[in-house]
This record gives sequence, C-alpha cells and structure tokens, in this order.
Amino acid sequence: MHNARGTTHEAYCVEREALSMKQFQVPRPPDDALRDMLASLMDKGKVGGVFALAQTGENSYSYALITDKKLLDHIVPTLPLMPANAGKMVSRLTMLEPVKTPIAVIMRPCELRALFELVKLEQARLDNLLFISYTCGGVLEMKTAKDGLQLKLEEYWKQVKTGGVSEDMRDSCRVCENFVPTGADITLTLVGNDNGKQTTVQVNSEKGEEFLAGLSYELTEAGPELEALDSMRKKRAEQKPDVFGQFAAEELGMAGLTALFGRCIGCHACGRACPVCYCSSCHFEAAENEFDPSTLETELTNRGALRLPTGTLYYQIGRLFHVSISCVGCGMCSDVCPVDIPVASLFAKLAGSVQGMFGYVSGRDAEEKIPTSTFEMEELEEIGA
Amino acid sequence: MADKFEPNIVGFLCNWCSYAAADLAGSNKLEVPATLTTIRVMCSSRVDPVMLLSAYLRGADGVLVAGCHPGDCHYQTGNYLARRRFALMHKILETFGLDSNRFRLSWISASEGKRFSEVTNEFAEHITKLGPNPLRKMPFIE
Repeated sequence: MHNARGTTHEAYCVEREALSMKQFQVPRPPDDALRDMLASLMDKGKVGGVFALAQTGENSYSYALITDKKLLDHIVPTLPLMPANAGKMVSRLTMLEPVKTPIAVIMRPCELRALFELVKLEQARLDNLLFISYTCGGVLEMKTAKDGLQLKLEEYWKQVKTGGVSEDMRDSCRVCENFVPTGADITLTLVGNDNGKQTTVQVNSEKGEEFLAGLSYELTEAGPELEALDSMRKKRAEQKPDVFGQFAAEELGMAGLTALFGRCIGCHACGRACPVCYCSSCHFEAAENEFDPSTLETELTNRGALRLPTGTLYYQIGRLFHVSISCVGCGMCSDVCPVDIPVASLFAKLAGSVQGMFGYVSGRDAEEKIPTSTFEMEELEEIGA
Repeated sequence: MADKFEPNIVGFLCNWCSYAAADLAGSNKLEVPATLTTIRVMCSSRVDPVMLLSAYLRGADGVLVAGCHPGDCHYQTGNYLARRRFALMHKILETFGLDSNRFRLSWISASEGKRFSEVTNEFAEHITKLGPNPLRKMPFIE
C-alpha cells in the first residue's frame, strides 16, 4: 500500500510535468483568445464542433455543443460558473458511440478528472476529443448567476490574478489543490495571469500541437509560472480547517451525521448532479428499498418514530460508500442542495482519506485503475482474519 | 435468561466456502450462535458495503462477511476485491467516528466447519462485550 501522504506530492509532480511544455502568448483576454483559436480550428476543418460553457440569454448559462461557427460568440469558457459537471455531459455524448468528428472540449480540471473517471467506469470515450483546460481559480455558487454576478466577478478575477481565494467561491473550490489540469492537450494559464489583457497558452501534448499546426501561433519553449500556483495551493490549504473542521470524527459519530443530514428532504439532487454517481437506475430509488408493511411495523416497534421519507441517511452514507473513491471534489452536490447541506465538503474530506489509502487521485490519469476494481495479493492483511 | 443480551449477527457467507463451512459445522454438531442470521451470496465480492450499512442501520449488533481464503476464490479474485471494499468501508466508518468494530471480514474455507464455529462464537463474544447496537431503537433515523 502507498504512503497516504504521497498523494498530494504525486499530484504535484504530475502537474509540473504536465505544464513543462511549449507555450505561446496571445494579447487578448482568455475568452477572446479561445474564441479566435476555435474559430480558426473550425475554419481549417480541424474540429467540427465546440463544447463549452455558453451564455444563452440574460442570466442564462449552460454547457453547449456548438457546430455553427457564428454561434461561437456565445461561449464564455472561463466564466466561473458550473451549471453541471462537464465530464458528465461529455459522458452522455460519448457513452453509446465515440464522437466521429473531432470536437474541442473546454472544461475545468475537476471536470476533466470526472470524465477520466467515467472512462474507467465505461461511461465515456475520449476518441476525437481535443481537451482544452486552464489553471482554475474555482467557481462561484450557481445561484450568483441570478444577480450581482458582475460585481462578484471583479473580486474573483482580482483574486485569481494573485493566486488568492475569493469568498464567494464554492467551499469545494476553496480547499481544492488539484486546480492544474492533468491530461489536457492545451492549457491556458489563468492563475497568476492578468486575464483582462493577455493569455498564455501551453501546449501539453503532441495531439495539441497537431491541432494547432498551421495556425498563426509561434511556440516557444518555456517553463510554467509556478509562483502563483504555489501561492494558491498554500492559500487553499489554509482554508481546510475552516471547511473541514465541522467534520472531525470525534464530533461527528451517528449523532453528528443525523444532525448534518437532518435537513435532507430526500430529493437525490446531489446524486443526479454528481458526475461519478452514474447508475441510470439507482439502488436507493429501487422499489426494494421501500418499507413493506412488516418492516414498517418492526421498525416502528423498535424506534417509536420513523423519519419520512425513509432512507435519507441510508442514501447519504450509502452514496459516500459508493462514490467517495471516485469523487473529484467538483462541489456540484452542495451547489444543487436545496437545503444547503455541505455534502461536498464532507465528500472532499472523505475522498482525501479513502483515496489516500491507495495513493490514488481520482481522474488524474485515464489509464490508472480505480482502486476498488483492482487489488494486490499481498496487502491489507489486517482486514481479513 | 430473558435479560441476557444475545447479539443479533448478520452473516454474509459466500456460497463456495463459508456457507459450505456453516453446513459442515452443522453436520458435525458444532455450536454456532443461535442468533446468527445467514445470508448466502455467490461471492464475498457480491456484498456491496451498503448491504452491511443497511443491516447496521436497521439494528444488527454485528455484521460478518465470510469468504474463501485469499488465493482460493471460486471466481479467482473476488475475495481480493471484497477485501479492498471492506477496507474502504472501514476507513469511511472510522472517518465518521462510527462503530467499525461491529463489522468483520473473515476467511473460512469449505472444509473448516470447526473454524466457522470458532469465528462466529468469538465474534458473538466480541459483540456481546460491545453491547447492543444503539441505532436499533433510535427514533428518527434511517
């Protein structure tokens, strides 16, 4: 078994490797630079479509697959909102058949990790996809799209420029240390960059180079700007006691868990929004989980009172059992929770400890096996007696 | 006798080894805790940790999973996968400060009727010391 403390360090090394490639500068803000690049790629017939976050109206944002070049104006790929985990969206597009025409996919590091995790779970394919990502400053809660977004964006970009943490961010983003994409073909540098003026684009793979060949960019060899990344990592680590403190084992226990999930209305929105909670027919929604009359009677005789709908705690803990090993820490679950249960923070804390057991970082590498789908003969001997 | 606590134990036994061992223990007239409820599964890796959770939340005092010894799985590698899953579940329970002591994974082969009797009795004793599962009578949970 791997050293539990190895995880962060390994991720750290992988990202340094991921970034030490060729790059070029564009004297335009990131979204404009991306629109230009994608328009050229479409002009040259190198990609047939673009998958990105788009603004579809006033206060309306969603992911979109765009094949008409004229509609590329709508994309807002670096706007810090996540209406859905893009990994899940791409999984839906590629589950039955791989994409036939190349598509440029722009997604955040955690979304890319979710997609890789879904590939391992045989829910998605990567064929013909060009992955564009960026060093991620985190996202704001989706409800900020309703009003006052512009003001919050100003503060957000100010923080990203210095590698800081903005107050309006999702909790899961405040503590995320995996904000450098691994596995992207092209990476934009947003953290530590003056995003109002210019954009640094790094080309991380041969595939990325092939797609950009023939476009008017001049590649230079350069190392990544590590200072802002390190600063952000440090600032995010500092947020951990604040976000995770409420889940100390000694304070939690069954009483703590029942209190934490005491507001749960059993809507299962967290599972629906979760990229790695992928079953189309959910165990927790199966008829076999309904209490039949005799179970009801036994339970009431024992307890004197049952919470309705039944099964909320079973669902919540069960979901932690099922998906914490693949949790990418995107924070979708908390974002969609109508009663503000900090599900994502609980998941993030647990994911750190269970993935750490196996030296695993979910979605870091599409080739790596999920620990629960593989084993070593000589391990965990203290577990089975 | 009515006041004596006898732990309710749910045992998930793999068809090929541990269930056969339970059978053998019976034919050899070896003692097995009377309150052990056995559930036959085709392989220890068939056991989804949420099945154990369900037993625990509904008030089982102890939950046992038993399968073939490592290397002897009827399906070659099922028990290795079961071991990883069980370890993962243990870690989760510990992280939450839940009672991971009430769960056990054991390897009992088809020829080990005696071992089946020993493991189940020892586990029952261990659970008796822990006392009844407090969740069984707790209102407003599940």
